[in-house]
Amino acid sequence: MKARRDRTSLTALAPFLWLGLFFLFPFLLVAKLSLSETALAMPPYAPRLDWSQGIAGLKAFLAGLDFETYARLPTDRLYVVAYLSSLKFAGVATFILLLLGYPLAYAMARCTPSVRRALLMAVILPFWTSFLIRVYALIGILKPEGLLNVALRAVGLGPVSLLNTDTAIYIGLVYAYLPFMVLPLYAVLERQQHDLLEAAADLGCTPLEAFWRVTFPLSLPGVAAGSLLCFIPMVGEFVIPDLLGGSSTLMLGKTIWTEFFANRDWPAASAVAIVLLFTLVIPIVLYQRQQAKLTELGR
Amino acid sequence: MTERSRPRLNIGAVRSTFAPWADPTAKPLVRFENVVKRFDGETAVNGVSLDIYPGEFFALLGPSGCGKTTLMRLLAGFETPDEGRVLLAGEDLAGKRPHERPVNMMFQSYALFPHLSVERNIAFGLKQQGMPKDEIAARVSEMLSLVRLDGLAKRKPHQLSGGQRQRVALARAIAPRPKMLLLDEPLAALDKKLREETQWELMALQQQLGMTFLIVTHDQEEAMVTADRIAVMRSGQIVQMGRPADVYEAPNSRYVADFIGDVNIFEGVAEHADGLSVRLASAESPQGFDIVEDDRIPLGSTAWLAVRPEKILVHLDEPPPGPNRMAGKVADIGYLGDWTTYLVELESGRTIRAARANATRFVDRPVDWDDQVWLTFARDAGVVLTQ
Ligand SMILES: Nc1ncnc2c1ncn2[C@@H]1O[C@H](COP(=O)(O)OP(=O)(O)O)[C@@H](O)[C@H]1O
Ligand SMILES: [Mg+2]
Repeated sequence: MKARRDRTSLTALAPFLWLGLFFLFPFLLVAKLSLSETALAMPPYAPRLDWSQGIAGLKAFLAGLDFETYARLPTDRLYVVAYLSSLKFAGVATFILLLLGYPLAYAMARCTPSVRRALLMAVILPFWTSFLIRVYALIGILKPEGLLNVALRAVGLGPVSLLNTDTAIYIGLVYAYLPFMVLPLYAVLERQQHDLLEAAADLGCTPLEAFWRVTFPLSLPGVAAGSLLCFIPMVGEFVIPDLLGGSSTLMLGKTIWTEFFANRDWPAASAVAIVLLFTLVIPIVLYQRQQAKLTELGR
Repeated sequence: MTERSRPRLNIGAVRSTFAPWADPTAKPLVRFENVVKRFDGETAVNGVSLDIYPGEFFALLGPSGCGKTTLMRLLAGFETPDEGRVLLAGEDLAGKRPHERPVNMMFQSYALFPHLSVERNIAFGLKQQGMPKDEIAARVSEMLSLVRLDGLAKRKPHQLSGGQRQRVALARAIAPRPKMLLLDEPLAALDKKLREETQWELMALQQQLGMTFLIVTHDQEEAMVTADRIAVMRSGQIVQMGRPADVYEAPNSRYVADFIGDVNIFEGVAEHADGLSVRLASAESPQGFDIVEDDRIPLGSTAWLAVRPEKILVHLDEPPPGPNRMAGKVADIGYLGDWTTYLVELESGRTIRAARANATRFVDRPVDWDDQVWLTFARDAGVVLTQ
């Protein structure tokens, strides 16, 4: 009995160990960095914890930490703009994804099984190639002498310059995140009982009214899941704005990268990252609440 | 199983004067005209003609897969007939979508909207009709008390028991006051006790609302208890239609006799007819069977005699020789409390069912296993069937 209890508690401990090692520890490291100051040293920040001086060293170290970097963030236009534009990019892209993904998921849930398999495959297949390669493929399509312009010229339409514009970022975001929108939506729509629609029709609903009164409200957990699953990582997205966006495009992912590697301002980069994290905690909590609700409904 | 043995003219006689189907001037509410429905070449409904009258409680009864649900769905508009017509109040329903038909259905699965509370489920159809808010609230609370769900208005379907869900489904379907209520196996998911109670409640509800009910069931007891008329179905066709008592006491085929209640069927050859009775020569009884029979049965042809177990008497002392008499040994006794069923093995090896009501608590000489017994029945106890 005792041995058994020990084993269960060990099993329960495993995820905590994992989280502690790969989430909490790095998080504390970044948090500490954000409270430090830049210094001409290697690594480029101060204070450093000097173990040889014992408690006194720890005290000196703690005294050296402050929130100055955080205070600096809102005064620097660059950060504010990057922050707001990240939210804007992620928000607009999520909305576009919803408009595109919902009909796609709906069609997948309603079509014959063989067509459904084909569509599901088409949604999942891109995952089989590297994300980076797919973004480079997009560059190949969007660049001035790329596939898109070749095709446009063939039908007698003028060239469009999309690469290095906000439009290119939207195209990239929507393309890369579509499966994350479609799959949760598909999951809720596919699970929906057909007889509910018959009941709605029986009680006087046209097919469109039945959609708005039954199908759509029942799919809201999927809408929330898909939206948050896309929105959260898109706010911090780095690769897509970096490769597809123009040099003037500011997004937080890029800002963090620049601060870290170009400016060697590790505390600033960390502070931006922490602020981003706390902004995302709200949607993450919302997402988890939705998931709990989804499980309840799915019983 | 107790219902099957109520005396003739008493069974289903909730309203013995209610018989619009016998009135040539009465207008049916629903009329099926030679309706045929096929699925991928397989015929689910095969030429059904049927009239259901206003205020009637009509049951479609048959084994699983015989096309009952399909027939109901043709009326609700979820299926379209391949041949024939379905009329409601004289109007052809062809081309009318389900939402345009003034009939409501209670689904076998209940199909409650999981995202809506009980009251919003019930209000669903009312809102769709554009009823004003205060009227909806009044109607919903009326429905809630009608199906005895007061106090549960705010619950979600997943917070209800099976019986409560069934009531919500019922309330939701009757709330918009449809011309007709369709019930697809409404009680199938309930346990026996609740099912029996609900049968009576459904009847009371139907009377109270004056609404026409069409119930689909594979449970003969359910159909017998609730319905004014029953249509017995077999592979997409109606094989017999009538009051429960008629179908039970005067089945028109071995299939119906066997499907509704228990029955002993004896095969024989029609030997003698004096205009009043038939003598059936049979291997089961030395002097054959003597039956009062109004239909003419061609002499010399094979016929079947159907006798219900409760109409067969069990004797411990040998009765005088005569027709309708068989000797055998008690092979098994099924004691049900209110009834006892005896399985009597004849010399021929054939097992006969006889049932007796336990009208008294004590008997002088109880029938026991392996007792030698004689079985007899009256001349009018059985029905001669030719198919
Ligand atoms: N949508 C459908 N597609 C194909 N076959 C069906 C469909 N609905 C019913 N059937 C077939 O029609 C027959 C009658 O079904 P149903 O009306 O549901 O029977 P019941 O309600 O009497 O059990 C069955 O053989 C069933 O398999
Ligand atoms: Mg059925």
